[in-house]
Amino acid sequence: MQVKTKKLSVGYNKKSLISDIDLGVEKGKIVTLIGPNGSGKSTILKTITRHLEKIGGVIVLDQRNIEKWSNKELAKRMSVMLTERVAPELMTCHEVVALGRYPYTNAFGKLTPEDEAIVMDSLRLVRAEDLAYRLFTQISDGQRQRVMLARALCQQPEVLVLDEPTSYLDIRHKIELLDILQTLASQKQVAVLLSLHEIDLAAKISDWLICVKGDRIKVAGPPDEVFLDEKMCELYNLQTGSYNTLFGSVELTQPKGEPEAFILAGNSMGIPLFRLMQKYGLPFSTGILFENDADSQVARVLSDHVVMAPAFSSINDAHIAQAKQFIDQAPVFVHSGTPIREQNARYIELLEYAKSVKKPVLSRESFIRKLGSGNRKEMT
Amino acid sequence: MKKAKLATIIRYQFVIIGLLISFALSIVMNVNTGTVDIPPLDAFKIILSNAEVGSMEHNIIWKIRLPRLLTAAILGGALSVSGFLLQTFFRNPIAGPFVLGISSGAKMVVGFVIIFVVGAYGTLPPYLLVLAAFAGSMLIMGFVLIFSRYTKSMPMLLVVGIMVGYICSAITNFFITFAKDNDIANLTSWSMGSFSGAAWGNLGIICIIVGISLLFSILLSKPMNAYRLGEGYAKSMGINIKLFRAALIVISSVLSACVTAFAGPISFVGIAVPQIAKLLMKSGKPIVIIPTCFLCGAVFCLFCDLIARTAFAPTELAIGTVTSLFGAPVVIAMMISRKRERS
Repeated sequence: MQVKTKKLSVGYNKKSLISDIDLGVEKGKIVTLIGPNGSGKSTILKTITRHLEKIGGVIVLDQRNIEKWSNKELAKRMSVMLTERVAPELMTCHEVVALGRYPYTNAFGKLTPEDEAIVMDSLRLVRAEDLAYRLFTQISDGQRQRVMLARALCQQPEVLVLDEPTSYLDIRHKIELLDILQTLASQKQVAVLLSLHEIDLAAKISDWLICVKGDRIKVAGPPDEVFLDEKMCELYNLQTGSYNTLFGSVELTQPKGEPEAFILAGNSMGIPLFRLMQKYGLPFSTGILFENDADSQVARVLSDHVVMAPAFSSINDAHIAQAKQFIDQAPVFVHSGTPIREQNARYIELLEYAKSVKKPVLSRESFIRKLGSGNRKEMT
Repeated sequence: MKKAKLATIIRYQFVIIGLLISFALSIVMNVNTGTVDIPPLDAFKIILSNAEVGSMEHNIIWKIRLPRLLTAAILGGALSVSGFLLQTFFRNPIAGPFVLGISSGAKMVVGFVIIFVVGAYGTLPPYLLVLAAFAGSMLIMGFVLIFSRYTKSMPMLLVVGIMVGYICSAITNFFITFAKDNDIANLTSWSMGSFSGAAWGNLGIICIIVGISLLFSILLSKPMNAYRLGEGYAKSMGINIKLFRAALIVISSVLSACVTAFAGPISFVGIAVPQIAKLLMKSGKPIVIIPTCFLCGAVFCLFCDLIARTAFAPTELAIGTVTSLFGAPVVIAMMISRKRERS
């Protein structure tokens, strides 16, 4: 273990917020803290980096109690990326990155050719060489985070601690940054400890996840063990919406009431329609979905009226009967445009049934148009 | 990449050479202009070969103009460096000895001395005024330092400094209520600042204080550079933040107290000159800016003093009048250009 904690308590003003924290990061591994805002992720990280005084317990860095390291020796072993935004006046990105050499340079901060090479290497690793002589205040947020990461790398740490490095970034830059972190961990064998807001991304890059909530760490483990829908919903106290760990997607609150439409879905053609219904607060029924269809993942959290068939099975009479019942209840029948082939050939029966009971049958396009026009009364 | 670096070095050289030329020019102008104009060649002879001992020109140059211009140069430089250090400390471009109430503190104690001590004993030894100003400046900085233990927010601390300054002004006004007209006139003329009291004797002390402070500030330039990224990052690079902040504030206070003690409060130099230095160098690196700042401040104060002495001769303007007149627009221009740079 490059860094580990034993029975660590963290908090402010001598008051413990979270106690008995036991975590450890090995060389080349990525450990991520996840949890809701204000749960204390930053407090834990800041205590490990010695920005905050610990309340109790022990932190061991490189086989030695962290308190025993001098400021300079600590800086050579651990570097950070903080949440605070910095705007140094008239400072080029090169200068920012070169500051990472601080613990290694002489009393006047003179860079040796070797230091220069490390600065350029770090910039190259985060793909920011072309920014070297731009002013730090004049580049975009995504570029800034990359430059700050280069600065942290320039310190040549064994342990890299990042506090929510992806905040302020758009999705492309989030992925880019995490991608770099992954490369870094595996190529440079750096131990990476970070906190993240995006649980879906956390699951993908981490070797170990730690859920921070309450005064103890209750859940920790590899992503596939920690990432269960119920655990995530509990961690974030999701009562209204839901979180799908398979997709890493979030669905908003399910609309309640009698279904306003039956949606003939399947082959992922239903998801956009389901979400549209949710957006307008309209309950819906849908079917007949196979469990291995992506539509079923979203349908089951957005509707209580779903006709579901087991994966790789075929549609039986019971499914048809239930679907017909839903069609009777709903004022309109919507054909999502899903292709009808061998496995779902009996969809034809449902279409014909809808016509026979004189339900208005809407195509995907006309349905969306009607929803969008706000002319929802006319629909029924 | 190499091109960018070369351009920076060329820029540094140009600026330094330009400043040295302006410095030389301002020295020459300060030596030869005044109530009695002395041609440059004669002045050179008098200074370099100590010619014409006993003549009026010799006396004017050696006893009045030389000590005065040297004082103006050194104190001007010191004030600018002090401003730069304070701006680094507060990470705020408008921080400066004048804004923070250091000058008001000095004025308060000086006012007390002029009004009450002189009132009681009738005489005022000049060193007492110097000591009073020094004590007043350090008193306020001490207050600000104590408050800095309680708040981590630099803008808040800046506000505290400004408020303490107001309290000092209020106390000064309270003193003035009980003062004689003569004392009020003395205090007012002191509080506008002037290099006219310069003398060789003081220059020695000034050189020692400023020299040592400058040396220390150069030694602090490495952590100052890291501090530009904020306290958190500075700490993570291995800086002892408490020690560093204390050192920074003590050095800057000693510098500005020294200036206030020997020349009175001089406004705007501390804010304007560091900005000019940064713009000229297109850099904020302390190790580059501290010397540039010193040189720039020296030139700025020499020219301002020249204007103060000669514009309405034989009446002399207060140095504060001139520095404000030139300094304030610089501050405004800089604020506007900063806004533009951000957007």
